[in-house]
Amino acid sequence: MSAAQPEAAEPAPVDRTPVVQMTGISIAFPGVKALDDVPFRLFPGEVHALMGENGAGKSTLIKALTGVYAIDSGRIEVDGAEVRLDGPSQAQAAGISTVYQEVNLCANLTVAENVMLGHEVRRGPLIDWRATRRRAAEYLARLNLDLDPRSMLSSHTIAVQQLCAIARALVVDAKVLILDEPTSSLDNAEVAELFRVVRRLKDEGVAVLFVSHFLDQVYEISDRVTVLRNGRFVGEHLVADLPRRDLIAAMIGRSRDALAGIEEKARSTITIHSERETPFLTAVGLGRNGSVQPFDVNLYAGEILGVAGLLGSGRTEMARLLSGADRPDVGEVRVQSTLTRLTSPLAALARGIAYSTEDRKKEGIVGDLTVRENIALALQARRGTWRPLPRRQLDDVVAKYLTALQITPANPNALIRNLSGGNQQKVLLARWLATAPRLLILDEPTRGIDVGAKAEIQKLVTELAQDGMSVVFISSELEEVLRLSQRLVVMRDRHKVDDLVNTDDVTTATVLETIAESGAHA
Amino acid sequence: MTPTQPSTTPAPAGPSRGADIWREVTHHGLFWPVVALVALLLACGIASPGFLDVTVRDGHLFGQLVDLLRNSATPLLLALGMCLVIATGGIDLSVGAVMAIGLAVSLTYLDTAPDPSNVGTVVTAVLLGLGVGALGGAFNGAMVAGLGIQPFIATMILMVAGRGIAMLITQGQITTVTSPPFKTIGSGFVLGIPTPVVIAVAAFVVVAVAVRRTALGMFLEAIGINREASRLAGVRSRRTTWTVYVIAGVLAALAGLVYGAPTMAADANNIGLMKELDAIMVVVLGGTKLDGGRFYLGGLLVGAMLLSTLERAVIIFQFPSQTTPLFKALVLIAVCVAASPTLRAMLRGRRRADRSDAPAAPVETVSEVTA
Repeated sequence: MSAAQPEAAEPAPVDRTPVVQMTGISIAFPGVKALDDVPFRLFPGEVHALMGENGAGKSTLIKALTGVYAIDSGRIEVDGAEVRLDGPSQAQAAGISTVYQEVNLCANLTVAENVMLGHEVRRGPLIDWRATRRRAAEYLARLNLDLDPRSMLSSHTIAVQQLCAIARALVVDAKVLILDEPTSSLDNAEVAELFRVVRRLKDEGVAVLFVSHFLDQVYEISDRVTVLRNGRFVGEHLVADLPRRDLIAAMIGRSRDALAGIEEKARSTITIHSERETPFLTAVGLGRNGSVQPFDVNLYAGEILGVAGLLGSGRTEMARLLSGADRPDVGEVRVQSTLTRLTSPLAALARGIAYSTEDRKKEGIVGDLTVRENIALALQARRGTWRPLPRRQLDDVVAKYLTALQITPANPNALIRNLSGGNQQKVLLARWLATAPRLLILDEPTRGIDVGAKAEIQKLVTELAQDGMSVVFISSELEEVLRLSQRLVVMRDRHKVDDLVNTDDVTTATVLETIAESGAHA
Repeated sequence: MTPTQPSTTPAPAGPSRGADIWREVTHHGLFWPVVALVALLLACGIASPGFLDVTVRDGHLFGQLVDLLRNSATPLLLALGMCLVIATGGIDLSVGAVMAIGLAVSLTYLDTAPDPSNVGTVVTAVLLGLGVGALGGAFNGAMVAGLGIQPFIATMILMVAGRGIAMLITQGQITTVTSPPFKTIGSGFVLGIPTPVVIAVAAFVVVAVAVRRTALGMFLEAIGINREASRLAGVRSRRTTWTVYVIAGVLAALAGLVYGAPTMAADANNIGLMKELDAIMVVVLGGTKLDGGRFYLGGLLVGAMLLSTLERAVIIFQFPSQTTPLFKALVLIAVCVAASPTLRAMLRGRRRADRSDAPAAPVETVSEVTA
């Protein structure tokens, strides 16, 4: 624990005053104390990373700073003057802009409209669209973005959309720019582009608050880091003075050794599936127009199949065909040698196939239902409408998974949308595990999740496979896929391009090479 | 209320437990509708002495309150179906028209039957009426769940066309029949209680049990909150959505029979006119939000009573009956404003200083409604 104790924050640079100073911030939700007496400060011209596990209070602190949540106690100063942030518009007026994890622009408007929304150039009561577009192009040019301002925002990649959101922050003349998990759906080149823009803004004196689960990126871009844990302040450090292991230890409140233990366990449980018995599921020539080209795949009990590929490579589409979420145009599926048509998620569920989706918010949680109901949903759906799960049995199932997955708060009556992202993910895992699936398809189960929860989920997955479950593990993090899986499928441009056993000579580099190579063939 | 974990929330030092209970009561979704209902009943009682008296005459309950209960039956039946539809994120504008169609079919059948007073004939007539209601609901459901048409538009088709259909059935006439057994549905008594009240309560109990003692209620809420997540979790969202439109159709036809039975006149133009809006109002007064998800059947009882009391109050206070919609609007506004989370947050903001556990997000109510 000693490594995790708050260290005295080093003295502030004397020549600068913070642009944002938060002191003693507390916020409580029903059943959850989200923030407890937390201080936070932000200097102009610095990138300040906010770190902590899921549920540590990062999102809550950001929402307090952006006026989304009212604070119960404490004080927020901007440029030395106390401000009351009763809504996002007041935060914006105070010069605080936010770019969220999910881009919060209007996809069905043009780039110019999005960038200039609310700041259109007016001529009398009318909008001068030509001038508005020109202004938008100027702001985009400042970020080295060469886009047609008239193009629809939805026609661009998420990365470009995020840069548009940043351009928008420039329009409102932001002093503080909050980047909440901006890189979670970007590839490396896009991240580099984003960071170039961030450095440029920093040089212009903008204070950037950066939240990310990628330690590499935090170390690459940030000057200073504040660590939160369980809604409390742990410490503020200069990034240069803080070794990674100390940062991780501070975040999870465990020693470095304990952390290594979890990962070691996960690694040691990997055993190569030697003799091939009948696969649990066989897909032959399975494909869907405009979604994924026909592919073959065999899924074995007790084996973790990793799916590697870039975002949009067809990995999610593959999962959707295997789980009945989408209907295939061609091909056939055999479950335990029996020809089967997976016409709906329910049909797949009835055959023991569970699919945890990539988009937790839109396709996973049912926000206004309780944790108990969210866990019960799939199990109950398989039993049918008219055979309700006996309450005692349900309570047992819920209690079992709340404990096993260490879901916090361990309150079955809490609304799931009040839980942190990592805990929501665990509830979704519980939903599927409660159905005792034979095949578990996990699409990005660790996205946006902190190291501690990530290791727990990875460990769980290996244990499930050891117990005989067949697992498909999809992740953008190649290292994670390689560490967990016994066999790998590589996807590119909606094709399955490779299927290989994960031996010691398979590395991140070779897999990336496969992706690139197959591109040359195509 | 979501139970608050004692470990994370400091126990209020000063205020007694009574204050907690008071807060829980005033924050309950039905607090303001009940207050409005009680106030209205008391006001009527003062303005019209004897209003609150209930007497037993010929073994039947009599009195203004009993009349109110009787008048609440139709809106309650409509609101029951409407509430389920709204839970899935939909709306059913056709219930008023379906009332008219159901009644028109039943009465036309009775009209052509050789012996309208035969109990068997009446049962057939009722089943025909309900069947047509189911058919109408099936059509709505197919449009919404099958073809993915927006519920507002999909059910507007039948709302507009329905009265024409009823006119066709009655051949443009106001069909009137004489059938004592049929009339009993609207104006008879069962064990001293008016038949419509018995029918409505029975329907309420059946629906409540079907919804809360099975998984239907949870599925409806899940569909209303996140349709795609529900589908991916294995919920048959289309079939379930279709089913609630059918239920709403049957209940609307039943409401039509109960409403039209006392006069036994199938006036296709006027039966159930604007009743869909009454039904929506009852659902809203009952604490269910129009955007779907969580729904509260218990609130419908209060909402339906409030509606019929209001209609009666207008007469007692000797306002012209044409002004009734105005008063409905006023009550609706008052109740909605009082229950508005924004207003509560504003009031809470002022009292923030003396509150130790002020949640920044609106307080969620998770009550298990099991009728």
